[in-house]
Amino acid sequence: MVIKSKPEACFVDNKYCPGCGHGIINRLVAEVLEEMGEEKKAIGAIAVGCASLMPDTFGIDCIQAQHGRAAAVAVGVKNCRPDNMVFSYQGDGDALAIGFSETMYAAIRNDNITVIFVNNGNFGMTGGQMAPTTLEGQRTTTSPKGRDIMATGAPLNVINLMKTLDVAYLARGSVDGNANIMKTKKYIREAFEAQKNKEGYSFVEVLSPCPTNWNKSPQDSMKHIRETVVKTYEMGVYAERRGDNA
Amino acid sequence: MDKQLMKGNEAIAEAAVRAGCKFFAGYPITPQSEILEYLSWRMPEEDGVFIQSESELAGISMVYGAAATGFRTMTSSSGPGYSLLQEGISYIASAELPCLLVNVMRYGSGLGDIFVGQSDYWQTVKNGGHGDYRSIVYAPASVQEAADLVRLGFDKAEEYRNPVTLLSDASIGQMMEPVDLPKIIDHDPDKYDWTASGKGERKFNRITSNMYYMDNFDEYISKKYKTIEENEQLWEEFHTEDAEYVLVAYGISSRISIEAVEAVRKKGIKAGLIRPISLYPFPVKAFEGLKDVKGLISVEMTKLSQMAEDVALASRMKVPVYGITGGTELYEVEDVVESILEIVDGKAKEVI
Ligand SMILES: Cc1ncc(C[n+]2csc(CCOP(=O)(O)OP(=O)(O)O)c2C)c(N)n1
Ligand code: SF4
Repeated sequence: MVIKSKPEACFVDNKYCPGCGHGIINRLVAEVLEEMGEEKKAIGAIAVGCASLMPDTFGIDCIQAQHGRAAAVAVGVKNCRPDNMVFSYQGDGDALAIGFSETMYAAIRNDNITVIFVNNGNFGMTGGQMAPTTLEGQRTTTSPKGRDIMATGAPLNVINLMKTLDVAYLARGSVDGNANIMKTKKYIREAFEAQKNKEGYSFVEVLSPCPTNWNKSPQDSMKHIRETVVKTYEMGVYAERRGDNA
Repeated sequence: MDKQLMKGNEAIAEAAVRAGCKFFAGYPITPQSEILEYLSWRMPEEDGVFIQSESELAGISMVYGAAATGFRTMTSSSGPGYSLLQEGISYIASAELPCLLVNVMRYGSGLGDIFVGQSDYWQTVKNGGHGDYRSIVYAPASVQEAADLVRLGFDKAEEYRNPVTLLSDASIGQMMEPVDLPKIIDHDPDKYDWTASGKGERKFNRITSNMYYMDNFDEYISKKYKTIEENEQLWEEFHTEDAEYVLVAYGISSRISIEAVEAVRKKGIKAGLIRPISLYPFPVKAFEGLKDVKGLISVEMTKLSQMAEDVALASRMKVPVYGITGGTELYEVEDVVESILEIVDGKAKEVI
């Protein structure tokens, strides 16, 4: 068996909580960039949230975006340096609450950037408040009796909205278990390839555990994704455009 | 070179292109929309990028990203739109990135109105955003000066790695005057080592609040702004040598104030004018040489005499400070003259 060495971009251990999905997703992004030979040309717009721990441990050029604006920051970067691989890395509170407009408009314009979107069902960094993605009935520190969708609206499935737009690539994966991790890696690769081929906007949502705020063990958190979260957020590829921009 | 007749807003836009600016993102709002409209066709002509963003929040975020790459970039706005830029300006200053911001002031708070006004002095000069930062602020009083300050602004933004704001207003923005524009220059985005450009063979760069990775950040940042305050004060003076009453006015108000100074001098009143060109740093040095002054008079198109506070500080509160206020329409020279006469007659109240 070949044990894969760590990608160079993950130059020190990450600082996320034990069992957090961000660590896995960071690593997948690093592996894909390295395998594509793009890590030296990559530029990341990193969101506010637990994502903002990333610049400390992820050795590529990156910009700490304002809360919610990472996609717009990435658009500014990409327009100046179109030959670089440009991505945003954002949580669900960041991309879908405060940054909903910036998130959607990058998709509406079909901007040639890649968005890595980490759906952990809450605001992790600030202590587990309700996010747009929080499941119906899910308890958070601001929905202590469980999310009441009559008051808050239903959990936001953003890919359903983006599907209606003319974008290059949309997929949703998960980090629960090896098979899904490998599938998610493939989605991330396809997203970056779409950007490289100048197809336009690519977006990968990743279902990710937040054991700390879910009050679950890392194992139970993965099980929760597998058994419950995927019912609201189905995995798969939702849009894929190839070659029509060659 | 031949002079062209141009609107203030268009001169700003063309001057930016000629300074090598290659990225603009912004959102329409009167009275700055001509900048946006002009750049929508002019940027592509020079292989630059123009984006009409979905909001000012998004626009400044794009500018933040663009500035990080080392390219020259700018946005412009006014009133409520300028308020929305503040988040991004604070981040840009915190990451010490250069860029040019333009605020073509309108009048009033809230939605306010598109009439002439200078009501954004506090917000622009004192920081609308959070935290310890400053933007260098220049206030043009003519179309030519607006164009000149764009070029200077980009240079200073890079020299200090700091945002620079051009604080213009509706009348300078809309008036047409002859303007002499310099030749277009090429800006090399790769000449700096701090950019987000792909790490290549160097160590990766992190564009973020510089406080995170600098041991002596507090000392460093206060020194940076002290250096700006020491070296970057710009102003002009008229008849201040023997003046007993010194008007202080920037931008469009200074033009009316010059006429008012000349008019009251004919009546035997020794009046003068200090015209700040840089508002941050405020030209305190202009006040050091003043002798035998009986009153300083801040002339501004705002109802709250916003700049008067800085005038008082610049004079170390040793001289009475008065305010002549206006806005919504340009004050007439006679109105300013009348207000000066009231001050001289002891009928006016000090503002501070
Ligand atoms: C303008 C602004 N509002 C609020 C905050 C506080 N804040 C920091 S992170 C965060 C939520 C992040 O949640 P999410 O995007 O879901 O990412 P996670 O931490 O779960 O990965 C908030 C509200 C902020 N930094 N800036
Ligand atoms: S709070 Fe949640 S999302 Fe943040 S690092 Fe910890 S486990 Fe991960």
